Amino acid sequence: MAIFNLNVNAEPRQIDVDPNTPLLWVLRDHLDLPGTKYGCGIALCGSCTIHVNGVATRSCQLPVSAVGNNEVITIEGLSEQGDHPVQKAWLQHDVPQCGYCQAGQIMSAAALLKSSPNPSDEQIESAMSGNICRCGTYLRIKEAIKTAAKL
Amino acid sequence: MTLIKTKIGRRSFLKTSAAAGGGLMVSFSWLAACEPMGKEAALTMPKEWFDFNAFIKIGENGVVTIKCPNPEFGQGVKTSMPMIVAEDLDADWKQVIVEMAPFNTDLYTRQLSGGSQSIRQGWNTLRMAGATARHVLKQAAAELWQVSLEEITTDAGLIFHKSSEKSMGYGEVASMAAKLPPPDAVELKEPKDFKIVGTSRKNVEGLEIVTGKPLFGVDVKKEGMLIAMIVHPPAFGLKLKSFDDASVRSLPGIKNVFSFQTFNDDYQQNYFDTNTFPELVAIVGNSTWEVLNAKKALRVEWEQFDHRSFEMDAFGNKVTVDVPGGLESSLDHMARMKELNAKPGTVLRKDGNPEEAFKKAAKVIERTYSAPFLAHNTMEPMNFFAHVMSDKAEVAGPLQAPEFIEKTLSARLGMPLENIDIKMTRMGGGFGRRAYSHHLVEAAVISQKVGAPVKLMYTREDDMTFGIYRPTYMATYRAGLDENDKLMAFHVRAGGIPESPLGRSANRFPAGSVDHYLAEEWFIESNITIGAFRAPRSNFLAGAEQSFLDEVAEAAGKDPIEFRLQLLERAKNDPVGEENDYDAHRYAGVLELVREKSNWGQERPGVSRGVSAYFCHNSYAAHVLDMKMENGRPRVENVTCALDCGIVVNPDAAANMAEGAIVDGIGNAFFGEMTFRDGVPEKSNFDKYRMIRAHEAPRSIEVHFVKNEIDPTGLGEPPFPPIFGAVANALYKGTGKRHYNQPFLGEGITLG
Repeated sequence: MAIFNLNVNAEPRQIDVDPNTPLLWVLRDHLDLPGTKYGCGIALCGSCTIHVNGVATRSCQLPVSAVGNNEVITIEGLSEQGDHPVQKAWLQHDVPQCGYCQAGQIMSAAALLKSSPNPSDEQIESAMSGNICRCGTYLRIKEAIKTAAKL
Repeated sequence: MTLIKTKIGRRSFLKTSAAAGGGLMVSFSWLAACEPMGKEAALTMPKEWFDFNAFIKIGENGVVTIKCPNPEFGQGVKTSMPMIVAEDLDADWKQVIVEMAPFNTDLYTRQLSGGSQSIRQGWNTLRMAGATARHVLKQAAAELWQVSLEEITTDAGLIFHKSSEKSMGYGEVASMAAKLPPPDAVELKEPKDFKIVGTSRKNVEGLEIVTGKPLFGVDVKKEGMLIAMIVHPPAFGLKLKSFDDASVRSLPGIKNVFSFQTFNDDYQQNYFDTNTFPELVAIVGNSTWEVLNAKKALRVEWEQFDHRSFEMDAFGNKVTVDVPGGLESSLDHMARMKELNAKPGTVLRKDGNPEEAFKKAAKVIERTYSAPFLAHNTMEPMNFFAHVMSDKAEVAGPLQAPEFIEKTLSARLGMPLENIDIKMTRMGGGFGRRAYSHHLVEAAVISQKVGAPVKLMYTREDDMTFGIYRPTYMATYRAGLDENDKLMAFHVRAGGIPESPLGRSANRFPAGSVDHYLAEEWFIESNITIGAFRAPRSNFLAGAEQSFLDEVAEAAGKDPIEFRLQLLERAKNDPVGEENDYDAHRYAGVLELVREKSNWGQERPGVSRGVSAYFCHNSYAAHVLDMKMENGRPRVENVTCALDCGIVVNPDAAANMAEGAIVDGIGNAFFGEMTFRDGVPEKSNFDKYRMIRAHEAPRSIEVHFVKNEIDPTGLGEPPFPPIFGAVANALYKGTGKRHYNQPFLGEGITLG
């Protein structure tokens, strides 16, 4: 066990855990931030996507010891009122079905728009191909990203 | 005006304040303790609520709470079922808050999400709930204003007496109205007067979802809660021999390691108690990571079992289920299926004289199709919270059918039903998998043993290798055409491991449209467990049959839509046999609609098109799929979809579900497959189990509904089965090669 001082959603957070603990489980078990979801544990489904210094990162494969003082943003910290352009566009297109993967999809989409404010269809497909949606909402996700780019 | 007796489900409409306020039903609600979002934040909460019935309470300020009886797994019932209540209540949807109803079989009927039945079977009950409340509101207003009830009208949460120009909100008369007894019969709206049903309304939990609020079973957290995981046999055909708990007991955070039986030996299972591995090892600890580490480190020995059997109560029929021993492999499965499919099976339906007809036929076409086992792979792996105390138990988590498991749990815990509270959380997908809730019982047994609240978590690997798969199937179709290329004989022989896909479908199209028809089936026993998977059985049959009909149409030199419509014409005007379980007019209707909307017949360079249609789960679906070859790989350009599910409650959400079913079907047609070697499931995570991804989805999907005023039927399943046929038929047009064995990736073709 070791003490780590993290910067999560713009707040300092301290935890005492095994240094190998993936950030996913630190967020969910220790920091009461369950919006980030477990889906596969091997960085292949994207449910656990968060931002580390603005870059979309799979938290299931990121040991807490590697986080340091880098800025971690989870779905809970993406916006204050659920009004990030991606969140607004998601509601406008009524994207979710079961909703379980959507936090990860939204975090991937928000990171994409930060690096490519006007992505092409191919850029969207490529950036989102790491996020599985078992319900098959990919078409609405793509449309919502295009809408968010205009908001 | 439709008058409907309120006798059915009457308990739901009686005043329920005692039940609503009492004991277990509201005994724990930490999920609701999150900050109010969306509407709840925007609306001013009333000072007092008045209960009208099990579905409706109205505040003095006119805010209405509607309870959704059925669990939500992405099909949208949490929005659409309350919409139906709100319609006949004549509520203002902007003033409506939706709550998940408690699980209570006294108050609600069929709190079950499955079989595409929620809307179909809930329709009248939900409407009556709204209409009875509206009736007593009107009655109270009439008394208050001293006018006749007939002169009272309502609109969007307001009550009017037009001639005296009086009006007021529902809230103003709610306290008085809630005291009135429900009427013996109520007036339901005519569909033409609907203001909410038939208009698109956003997902009532949309804001909570996009902001990451704790809605799911995995998000449940309670003071003192421990994390539990299970270790199960790595292969079908194995059972627990021994385990070395000393190897992990001393690891950090580990509280307990023990083995347990999910059911007691003398327990008689029900049909949905499917219990793949009767004895498991449980590891319980403080945190997920610590338990995961112990799970990896635990040394367990397994051994083969010879054979086991158990008694099952299958909906009142007592049967003995035999589970063969042995370590099975997919290669052997295929060989054995081919062997059995070559022999006569059990005849399910026979019209005319098929043997003679095939002898006389000018052309005979015979093709064989197969599909593999499939894992459901819900994005939220199996999990459940349980807190079993000495005198009561609280469980919460994702499940489609609490009523299938409550008695099982009661028997296992030795606790009366009324002391058990089952809370339904939002599910991260279901697809049939969560109709089987062994994991709920496992969580409860573990909690009882450790004497603490426990959240049982399956890893993805546990989830994917724990059985309850879609079975593997094989079918041979044979068609005989006469000298005029008219279909004169049709024969299907199908089976699977461990069930046939055909049993309940022998009376479906093209039965009824052809004089000589034969359907027969077989099955092979297995120790691999199976269960419902989005449109069970139909999800194989539709693809095989619709691919076959495409080939038969081609052999007959006919347009594939026209060929099907001609058969349906026969079924409309002069059906063969009496037990044809489809409506040929509605079946033809979706084909005609998809033909029109897809501009069928207009060739576009480089685009190959496949058509497919099917009827299952009471609704009709037809697709035209447009495919392009890009860099030697197919890419689905567009899918045009036509559906007839009667009245469409929430059109945009319904379209979303059809889009999802289409994407799901394309993914499974190309990639979906679970294989076995010596009993071991060969895929345990998404590295090997390929799921369709964003760049493989169709570029566009258009969903069209047949407009009618028929009571609604389901939509979660019906658009799924026929997409397999549309894919196969478009592939043939694009590549010149027919594909008979799913997944098509295994036949060397993948999406671009």
